[in-house]
Amino acid sequence: MSLTLPRTDASPQHAGTLTKPRAIDGPVGGAYRVAGEGRVNRDRPMLFTFDGRVISALEGDTVASALLASGIHLLGRSFKYHRPRGILTAGSEEPNALIGTDRGPGRREPNTRATVQEVFEGLRTTSQNRWPSLRFDIGAVNDLASPLIGAGFYYKTFMKPRGFWDKVYEPLIRKAAGLGTAPDAIDPDIYTSRYAHADVLVVGAGAAGIAAALAAGRAGASVMLVDEQTEIGGGLLSDPDAVIDGQPAWNWLAAAAAELDGMANVTVLPRATAIAYNHQNMVAVAERLTDHLAEPPAGMPRERLWRVRAKQVVLAQGALEKPMVFAGNDRPGVMLASAAHTYLKRYGVLVGKQIIVASAHDSAWATAAALAEAGAYVRIAEARADVPGPVRQRAVDAGVEFDFSMVATGTAGRDRVYAAQLQLLRDGEPRGGDWFPCDTVLMAGGWTPSVHLFSHTKGKLRWDSKRQAFLPGECTEACVAAGAGAGVWGLDGALKTGSEAGASVASAAGYEAEPAKVKVQSNCFGDVGSIAEAAPGSYASAKAFVDYQNDVTAKDVRQAVQEGMRSIEHVKRYTTSGMATDQGKSSNINALLIAAEALGKSPPEVGLTTFRPPYTPTTFGLFANHHRGATFDPERRTSIDAWAADNGAVFEPVSQWRRARYFPRSGENMDAAVLRECATTREACGVFDASTLGKIEVTGPDAAEFLNRIYTNPLAKLPVGKCRYALLLGEDGYIRDDGIIGRLSETRFHVTTTTGGAARVLAMMEDYRQTEFTDLKVWLTSSTEQWATVAINGPKARKVLAPLVDGLDIAHEAFAHMSIAECAVAGVPARLMRASFTGECGFEVNVPARHGRAVWEAIWASAEPHGGCVYGTETMHVLRAEKGFIIVGQDTDGTVTPDDAGLAWALGKKKPDFVGKRGLMRPDLTASGRKQLVGLMTEDPTLRLPEGAQIVRGPLQPPPMPMIGHVTSSYRSAALGRTFAMALIEDGRSLIGSKVELPTLDGERQSAEVVKPMFYDAENARLVGEPA
Amino acid sequence: MLLIYCPYCEEERPEAEFTYAGQAHIVRPGNPSDMSDDEFAAFLFMRDNAKGVHAERWRHTHGCGRFFNVLRDTVTDKILMTYKAGEPRPALSTEAAQ
Repeated sequence: MSLTLPRTDASPQHAGTLTKPRAIDGPVGGAYRVAGEGRVNRDRPMLFTFDGRVISALEGDTVASALLASGIHLLGRSFKYHRPRGILTAGSEEPNALIGTDRGPGRREPNTRATVQEVFEGLRTTSQNRWPSLRFDIGAVNDLASPLIGAGFYYKTFMKPRGFWDKVYEPLIRKAAGLGTAPDAIDPDIYTSRYAHADVLVVGAGAAGIAAALAAGRAGASVMLVDEQTEIGGGLLSDPDAVIDGQPAWNWLAAAAAELDGMANVTVLPRATAIAYNHQNMVAVAERLTDHLAEPPAGMPRERLWRVRAKQVVLAQGALEKPMVFAGNDRPGVMLASAAHTYLKRYGVLVGKQIIVASAHDSAWATAAALAEAGAYVRIAEARADVPGPVRQRAVDAGVEFDFSMVATGTAGRDRVYAAQLQLLRDGEPRGGDWFPCDTVLMAGGWTPSVHLFSHTKGKLRWDSKRQAFLPGECTEACVAAGAGAGVWGLDGALKTGSEAGASVASAAGYEAEPAKVKVQSNCFGDVGSIAEAAPGSYASAKAFVDYQNDVTAKDVRQAVQEGMRSIEHVKRYTTSGMATDQGKSSNINALLIAAEALGKSPPEVGLTTFRPPYTPTTFGLFANHHRGATFDPERRTSIDAWAADNGAVFEPVSQWRRARYFPRSGENMDAAVLRECATTREACGVFDASTLGKIEVTGPDAAEFLNRIYTNPLAKLPVGKCRYALLLGEDGYIRDDGIIGRLSETRFHVTTTTGGAARVLAMMEDYRQTEFTDLKVWLTSSTEQWATVAINGPKARKVLAPLVDGLDIAHEAFAHMSIAECAVAGVPARLMRASFTGECGFEVNVPARHGRAVWEAIWASAEPHGGCVYGTETMHVLRAEKGFIIVGQDTDGTVTPDDAGLAWALGKKKPDFVGKRGLMRPDLTASGRKQLVGLMTEDPTLRLPEGAQIVRGPLQPPPMPMIGHVTSSYRSAALGRTFAMALIEDGRSLIGSKVELPTLDGERQSAEVVKPMFYDAENARLVGEPA
Repeated sequence: MLLIYCPYCEEERPEAEFTYAGQAHIVRPGNPSDMSDDEFAAFLFMRDNAKGVHAERWRHTHGCGRFFNVLRDTVTDKILMTYKAGEPRPALSTEAAQ
């Protein structure tokens, strides 16, 4: 048998073709595989690589189980001290066994938990945080220097000198710290999402969750059962020896799975992690679809984000076993007892041959017995003084040796543990003790119910002192906790509370439901004790780890308390305990117990840190989902956009619109194209797509009065057929928007807004219409997308347009500047406005959007023979600035009043009220020293000031100089033959004729003269245009 | 994501259809120009920062477009009830507030 691995780089470790007999160490499936045990498929062997070494695995393996089967315990180096680390758990809570995975080009992922990643043929994995190699790692000197880098090390050490932080400390810390390396290519995978609605969502498909789903499903409720593992079963998958209703557990499980599968009202999602519990029973579920496949089907999403809205939720997340805190509890070969149980019973892997079990609860005894039955030498150090008879008997029968009141207090070894120190507890103090040779130390420090999702709801947790655990208390959502997650230990309790929970939530959702009665004949769980530190406080200098992923020791937690941290939130931040990607799943309770002991308080007095979504590390891809690249945000296009694209337009985004910025001809850069478009428009004419302007149809008997109150200008008496430039303020008196308002009839107005302001302005108008000016009969309709708008500007604009117009005389006298009328243009019904944003004779042709391109093409066909051009937003900006017309949001910033902008003439001072009138009377808005809009002419006529450049009084001021304003708009002008700018300057109008200075980034200063913001045709003579 | 009951549509709809619109029951004075600076500042700037039940406005922007009022508990982020614009703020019973 041979296989081909995808070739991604030239490293000899990543050879192309591998032949099994040459490459494999030991037997198929690994030397530590136990005959007759496990759910792995012995008929489906597969190969993958770890640091280039080819590893044999079986279908159903995780990377962790396959490595353990080959006797590999050393998987990586720790975050801070670079200590050798192995596999602690068999689940998603794993803090240590983080690897890099490579699923082909662009599909490299760091910090994947080896205990979660399923093996497939050809998978490449690598260890992390080591250099040059896993066994010889330079960073391990940190371990020797560890007395220097304890709790609060970063806070204390890198304070001085201040300038060192950016240049020296941070780069060094960044280089030394961290785990895997980030991928360097764009993620080629796609991610998807969908909503789901269910009567009942069951989170966790262990015994409790399955029982709940069965009870609710049988009652007829629509049920979703989600579980993070590859198949449903949870703890049952590791417990084939249990007997349920007279059947072996796995037979019961298979029957339950088949029954659930057969119910049309039940959806079962494996590989689906409930990552967040949001308001009103909306639970986010991350489903993994392809990470376990050697050859994912093309186009298949990698992950799917489910947003499940459930009437009722059952939380059956189970419990996590807790490590014990003792010196050297992090060496490869030291792991949780439950993990060893799972590796044996689910994966058929014996984690060691000479095993010490440090126990504080009964289930560890069942594990010990199972390991002994599989052929290992096992010795239990039980912290409690005794265990129940049946628990002890099975261990005796299996040949397990044991001592009571005994704890593990130390280990020896480097890349793998080789000895453990066991000491007797007398009056709570460890005494005497011997070193015992071993290759594995198992920890069973108690069980911690998984209350993470419950905590997301802000439900109250209550401390259970007997279980030494927080349990779900008062609930804020429609949810019920069941099984070990509710502190109910054992299989019978899980099935009973699960079934009851399922029945009760189905009843709450309106179904008649009964809990099932299930009888459990054999059950390994038993009584649960709990200990955190084997020998509290005795590890002044030892590496007794609490948080493995962030390398936080018991000593660090005690030191934090000693240095004044009183709340667990402070201890957490000072030590970083619980702040790694595992969110302290295996460490939080131990950290709390140690801090509480050091403070002499009870754990609930010290508090528990807040669990936050996501429950497990989740890809950015899942959250970004379809919102990337072209679908990051919707792109709006006008009906003329395609013509612009066909004719070489360069586009720019303007709010959500794609707008033509300029139309370069061959060889032109932006500056050249814009200068040409500006000159052509002023000399002949220019055609511009203004369709993106916001448009609002305001109708009704009180439409005029409504607009009169909303806008600053006097609009009540605006004659039919006329237009007016209008300003919109907030109640605070600052400019919000501007536009042109045209009156079509007594009761109908055509209102335009800025491109970006359309939705905001309509929302503001609606607010006043619905909630303040309720006495007015008026109706507002957004018509932005109903009209395509073509602006024609220039002395020849009338010549271009007149031949296309029917039903209207557009001569200068007949159709004066600032008029509006209905007519036909190019045979299409149109609203024609005579208005100008350039200072030239101008028309704006509004036609129904579906005719936009045809009318545009007709106008362009007419304009081209007159020497006209099409122009884009950049030319529009220059031409309006030459006339001193503002762009709201560019020359204003939300703190500019009409007077600041030189637009006080637009205020209807005689009106009793308009929005913003009272605001303009505020003392700060009438005081001197306000920034006013002025023009700037640089001394050097070729110099274009950067927009945003700061302005100071000049010259000869010593730094620091007070900044008196900034440049808002700055361009090259074809008409002026030089550059010009607009700026907001304190009392700017009083500075007209004087000089200001602008410090530049290179340390120089530019000098400019303050001028009126009117650079071209101050008499407005050009508005007339040539006759048709 | 919250589910919000629109009192006009008489339906519970997802939060994405709605826009928050500030504190409720702040009435724009009939003639603001008659107000003193202090009175106007109180109207323009001063808002409650309630720990507990807060009356606020929402707009069913991507639905009927109507503004309406909501009583929301700022501690639990639970919406206690919704009512139409212009209706007085309802008195909440202690149980409803909890």
